[in-house]
Amino acid sequence: MAKFNILLHEMVPEHILVPVEEEGKLLEELGISKNQLPKIRKSDPVIKALEKISGDIEPGRIVKIVRKSRTSGIATIYRMVIGE
Amino acid sequence: MKVEVSKGISEIKFGLLSPDEIRKMSAVKVITPDTYDDDGFPIEKGLMDPAMGVIEPGMKCKTCGGKVDQCPGHFGHIELAMPVLHIGFIKEIYSILGSTCSNCGRIKLTDDRINEYKKKIEEVKNKLHDIDYDDIVSDAESEASDVVICPHCHFENKKISLDKPTTFREEGKKLTPKEIRERFEKIPDDDLILLGMDPLVARPEWMILTVFPVPPVNVRPTITLETGERSEDDLTHKLVDVIRINQRLRENRDQGSPQLIIEDLWDLLQYHITTYFDNQTPGTPPARHRSGRSLKTLVQRLKGKEGRFRSNLSGKRVNFSARTVISPEPFLSINQVGVPVRAARELTVTETVTEHNMERMKEMIRRGPGNDDPAVYYPGVNYVYRRDGSRIKVSEKNAKDVAEKIEVGWQVERQLQDGDIVLFNRQPSLHRMSMMAHEVKVLPYRTFRFNLAVCTPYNADFDGDEMNLHVLQSQEARAEAEILMKVQENFLSPRFGGPIMGAIHDHITALFLLTYRNPLIPVDMGMHILSYVDIKEMPPVVEEDGKRYYHGRDIFSTILPEGVNIEFKGKLNDKNLDPEGTEGIVKIENSKLINGAIDENAIGQSKGVLLDYVIRKFGNARGAVFLNDLTRLAAGTISYIGFSTGIDDEDVPHEAKMQLREVGKDSVSKVEKLIENYRNGLIGPEPGKTLEDTLESMIMKVLSQAREKSSEIASHYLGMENSTVIMARSGARANMMNLAQMAGIIGQQSIRGQRQHRGYTNRTLPHFKKGDIGAYARGFVTSSYKEGLNPTEYFFHATGGREGLVDTAVRTSRSGYMQRRLINALEDLKVSEERKVLDTEDSVIQMIYGEDATDPSRSFAGESVDIDYIVKETFGKKYGGVKK
Ligand SMILES: [Mg+2]
Ligand SMILES: [Zn+2]
Ligand SMILES: [Zn+2]
Repeated sequence: MAKFNILLHEMVPEHILVPVEEEGKLLEELGISKNQLPKIRKSDPVIKALEKISGDIEPGRIVKIVRKSRTSGIATIYRMVIGE
Repeated sequence: MKVEVSKGISEIKFGLLSPDEIRKMSAVKVITPDTYDDDGFPIEKGLMDPAMGVIEPGMKCKTCGGKVDQCPGHFGHIELAMPVLHIGFIKEIYSILGSTCSNCGRIKLTDDRINEYKKKIEEVKNKLHDIDYDDIVSDAESEASDVVICPHCHFENKKISLDKPTTFREEGKKLTPKEIRERFEKIPDDDLILLGMDPLVARPEWMILTVFPVPPVNVRPTITLETGERSEDDLTHKLVDVIRINQRLRENRDQGSPQLIIEDLWDLLQYHITTYFDNQTPGTPPARHRSGRSLKTLVQRLKGKEGRFRSNLSGKRVNFSARTVISPEPFLSINQVGVPVRAARELTVTETVTEHNMERMKEMIRRGPGNDDPAVYYPGVNYVYRRDGSRIKVSEKNAKDVAEKIEVGWQVERQLQDGDIVLFNRQPSLHRMSMMAHEVKVLPYRTFRFNLAVCTPYNADFDGDEMNLHVLQSQEARAEAEILMKVQENFLSPRFGGPIMGAIHDHITALFLLTYRNPLIPVDMGMHILSYVDIKEMPPVVEEDGKRYYHGRDIFSTILPEGVNIEFKGKLNDKNLDPEGTEGIVKIENSKLINGAIDENAIGQSKGVLLDYVIRKFGNARGAVFLNDLTRLAAGTISYIGFSTGIDDEDVPHEAKMQLREVGKDSVSKVEKLIENYRNGLIGPEPGKTLEDTLESMIMKVLSQAREKSSEIASHYLGMENSTVIMARSGARANMMNLAQMAGIIGQQSIRGQRQHRGYTNRTLPHFKKGDIGAYARGFVTSSYKEGLNPTEYFFHATGGREGLVDTAVRTSRSGYMQRRLINALEDLKVSEERKVLDTEDSVIQMIYGEDATDPSRSFAGESVDIDYIVKETFGKKYGGVKK
């Protein structure tokens, strides 16, 4: 089976791993605690693809997702990685 | 006696009642199936024994000594002669029978496997796995049920099967509940955890009843009818059956009757106990009342839309509400609702007496509760509350005295008066505009009334529809409703960002007639029309042939706000309909209509460009005034002109009739020709289609052209002097196609987009030859509605019509269920002060509401701001792009 980088596919929104150092500042800006963030599973294909680039991603890390939105043009959201 | 309820439930555990527990909680052993004796007293040890609680005021409970409102009711019990299966646990009984050894009672797994499963369960309890305990249990059970030779006693187990609803068989031999119970008793406590049971609170044999709990009388009260006749609850009826059969079974057993008789009675007892729990068990005929109505037993009380959960817990009856039939009232504002006097006298608003309203309150109390005479409606008072909460009923007699007694701080329940804010609602409440706030206007007669423009958001008509009204009780509620829920605040729909309310039907016809070709309206008629609205300035008078007239468009212009400048395309914007361009392009300069006819595109609901413009530019309040004026002006116009339609509107000249007939015949013969060509092999298949499909699509094309052509002919011969055409062209109702079907050809009747083809062998109806696939044989209707259809046409028309009915029925039920699911999923989301969308755990659903924090009803065609409009308004018309 031919493998390709799903992150490059047009239908997959941009996923960026947020550096651990920046997490505190980010959460402060958002005005929420980490647990309030929407979640993404470690087993999600996107996280697996990201792991190929930046090594193991531990549960608790934050991923920034930039996607096209019908209502606002471009929407930026954050998700916390969880286990399984 | 206040009970503190601690918040936060960490765990709920369900267990089974053991026979001993049932006996222990029982207040009486019920032995007689009777309820009351001839004197009306409850029979001792009967089903209404006062030891099970009291339902009549004044009586005392034999068990706790409490009166009606103090005694919670107490269970009784019945000792069953033979054990009986509990219908609610059939599935569990089946799987336990299958997975345990019938000889030694152990689960049919080796000790090693048992320990492995136990370890896994322990881990799940400590939350080390993401699997459910239930899943492990079903794994263990399915593994054990495949085992034949017991690993513990090496007994060869037989296959168990279940004859629904309640008969278990072991290789064909019937297992009695007694036998099953004996087997279950042998299962050791240690194995139970693998069967999904906690031995501390449940044993498998308790799923087979030996003692039967009788619920307290509070749960199944006797109803005394007006005639003095007593009527027992359905549960009591069922309990009577249970006791009666139980008694007979015991007697027969003790007498040593033949096994056959005992078994029959045992099955009968099983039937009664099964239907006592669930009277809709599959495979069991429901127990019925003498009248034929099926009994409502335990499961029926809880389940479904009329069940305890959805009917009594999720939704409740409320006070301060009214329901009645609705009818139209064009003289009310869209913000008003007409409330009948009878309802207004019953519905109240609670006001607290202060120094400032003392006199007003006294005056209202002096009026007392009032009468139903609509001519003299002034709000009276039904009740007054002292500061300690005690209530005084105000009557005609004591009204004067009570009025003098009131003090600051007392509460007065005064009747509804004009201007009160109420919520008005029509079910099904599918969107937020299904419940809006209105101002009360108390009116005579018995219906709720409102402006016709408000029909659309409620999806109401007046063929008998009823609506609900709720009176708001607090100052905060009233303020909130007025700001958020008032009709005028819901002008723009959050669904498409346009006006959801607007002129409908006759409003459009009337204003179209007033503005189409700018007619000259005699001054007296103009006066009549304008008397319906409140205007500052009369339109200019024009003189012609020595007579005085107003221009229709000038009359319309009087209701426009100051500063309207707009140009848009109307429905008549078409070279054929409007060659000179005087009607199709609507032009308003400085609030004067100088060109174009007002139609659906200007003022209609959801489409009205002019209405949308007025609302956006001048605000909701001015928009409401504009719409009020529109409806009143329309009423004034059409009530003077008069407007009607009838079947002679569809009369076409002989010449047209001939042409239409020709079109019909023509297309039928064209189809015949196509079929002939097909039979002679002159038609080749189109790409991707079989030959038959190709022919079919060619035929359908020919036939749809026929309808179009008939539509053309009809519109050619029927002009703007025709009422139906006026309605269709202005967008008030119907379209030219409907007209063509009435005057010309009805056309092809289809099922699922295809020509009619089902029915008898190789033909649709016995009226046709086998294999006939011509136009008539497949549902083409050449008659018109006016002429009437011939029998085969009529049948095909009915088939096609029925598909429509079935589709709507299916669609509404399915979309209703979908909506319910969606609402349940979203109902407790909230928008925080920072505009984040959060759930009940404060987890973020959206970082910012809608990802752009824009209210769709305040946006412009999907954009947050209409920049083009702002540029035009600021710098003048020549700037800014062209409107989409
Ligand atoms: Mg209706
Ligand atoms: Zn009691
Ligand atoms: Zn065994």
